Amino acid sequence: MRSLFVVVLALPVFLMAQSPKYKVGRAPTAEEVKAWDVSIGPDGSGLPEGSGTVAEGKDVYSRRCQRCHGAEGKGADDAALVGGQGTLATPKPLKTVGSFWPYATSLFDYTHRSMPFKDPGTLTPNQVYAVVAYILNLNGIIGPDDKMNAQTLPKVRMPNRDGFVKDPRPDTGAKSKKKAVK
Amino acid sequence: MSDNRRRFLKLGVTLGSVLTGCNRAKSPTAELDDEGPKRLGKPLSEYGERSSFETVKRSTPTGKNLEIGATRTPLQECYGVITPSSLHFERHHSGVPEIDPAQHRLLIHGMVDRPLVFTVEELKRLPSVSRVHFVECAGNSGSEWGPKTAPNVQNSHGLASCSEWTGVPLAILLEEAGVQAGAKWLVAEGADPCKMSRSLPIQKALDDILVVYAQNGEAIRPAQGYPLRLMVPGWEGNINVKWLRRIKVSAEPFYTKDETSKYTELMPDGKARIFTFEMDAKSVITYPSGGQKLLKPGFHEIRGLAWSGRGRIEKVEVSADGGKVWTAAKLQEPRHSKAFTPFRLPWTWDGGEAALMSRSTDETGYVQPPVEELIAVRGLNSNYHNNAIKTWKVHPDGSVTNA
Ligand code: HEC
Repeated sequence: MRSLFVVVLALPVFLMAQSPKYKVGRAPTAEEVKAWDVSIGPDGSGLPEGSGTVAEGKDVYSRRCQRCHGAEGKGADDAALVGGQGTLATPKPLKTVGSFWPYATSLFDYTHRSMPFKDPGTLTPNQVYAVVAYILNLNGIIGPDDKMNAQTLPKVRMPNRDGFVKDPRPDTGAKSKKKAVK
Repeated sequence: MSDNRRRFLKLGVTLGSVLTGCNRAKSPTAELDDEGPKRLGKPLSEYGERSSFETVKRSTPTGKNLEIGATRTPLQECYGVITPSSLHFERHHSGVPEIDPAQHRLLIHGMVDRPLVFTVEELKRLPSVSRVHFVECAGNSGSEWGPKTAPNVQNSHGLASCSEWTGVPLAILLEEAGVQAGAKWLVAEGADPCKMSRSLPIQKALDDILVVYAQNGEAIRPAQGYPLRLMVPGWEGNINVKWLRRIKVSAEPFYTKDETSKYTELMPDGKARIFTFEMDAKSVITYPSGGQKLLKPGFHEIRGLAWSGRGRIEKVEVSADGGKVWTAAKLQEPRHSKAFTPFRLPWTWDGGEAALMSRSTDETGYVQPPVEELIAVRGLNSNYHNNAIKTWKVHPDGSVTNA
């Protein structure tokens, strides 16, 4: 919010501004940045206004997602969005939004920017909040009456939130063996 | 042949001899016979094409949505360091957008003092560099976790290609924008319909990332990101965001779908490795390789490619007996960092069974492992980053198959 405020105040100067050393480029307007910036952080930064319920999401899902992702997100031609919790350490892991994704904000970000596959960018923020709520509810992560919006979504704790580790490589090859001896 | 047609052909031959003014008999045995004067060839042209006799191609796209998925480089039929742009592997998530470079913009914003929008022309005016680097999909060699491995090198290793890329160092753009204190990451986004996006540490950007507009001496091909792509030397292909249109500087990564759901490696304990950027040292023999046939025993040059996302290739060793005896191959110079390095070893095939393997070592001292070593650490569900030694079996009839 604060940075937006600064940008708006400084606008006239910005519009003139070019890069300091090579004098290329121009400053974007605040509206331009807003129009392009669809990145949602894990803390919820970037989430738009709006909200959606599980019931509304069921409707969006059946019309816009189901034919590819299957009834109740169980998977069809395309990936299952539901299920798989408890399978990650088994020989046949099922990685879904519910079992694998660390942040619910990523589901908003991805659905908003990339889905439905053949006409991405056609869902309103309300529809995205709703379908996200529906998918989270199908996974047993939120209740049937929970509402998703910019405040509630970042607070959702995904089951696999702590399921990711830093890259420990090199983990093979002679070098790693040498390391182990030290 | 119909009488008419025969008469016509005969007429053609006679006419032809009249036109060329002679009628030299071609001996049935001589290969290098004098064919006499030749007709003129094709005229000059403005944009080159390969010979009509050449048919090498990427793998055939399959699947129900041809806008996602991949086509593979026929490494077994490529020569030298550079992959022709036309044969560079493809991996898209929502098709290849058609972008007018005059309309395209790159926005840099987020934790910067001066958000900036650049045109492609402006980026081309900035200080430029050309560098040779491979791009390898993290899913390359996903077929090699076994037990059924890929039958040829195009299928097993063809999600890797190498080009000379030209562009402007991202560090210059970030300096112009003025990165703020506390900024540690950036997220790069494409102008494809799905707006593919990936987060990466800003340190790498200051080190060697380029915003490139040219590949192998001409504009980047549309399938490779025309008019702009991020070139992140040595790091997994997916992060080399194509059709680049936006870079946002931030304190934290964004955990986009392609860095959480995909391009993470699930370990046997159920934990997954995240932000696994570098492509480890790797190599593969491209001749003799699966699907090829050795015509007869005797001299053959074993050829292959080696590369590492962590620097230069220092050594490639080749074994023809399944890993008992290893011999150092000759490396093509100059060896570029984070680039294909062709290797060659003269070999005399005795006509018996042989098991051909190559093993690369990079400048960090890391040695390409056998697949068992990878599986011992990572199990069988990590999918990505398989850099294991690949074995080709030569059979007495000269055929070559996967082991
Ligand atoms: C025309 C078929 C189609 C429709 C309709 C569709 N999707 Fe998808 N979806 C796909 C494909 C294909 C992918 C994989 C994309 C890729 O590989 O990058 C995908 C991927 C996803 C993923 C990532 C799954 C994972 O675990 O990585 C999510 C989440 C998703 N879709 C949600 C939705 C939602 C929500 C809708 C409805 C608003 C929707 N999709 C509509 C085809 C579709």
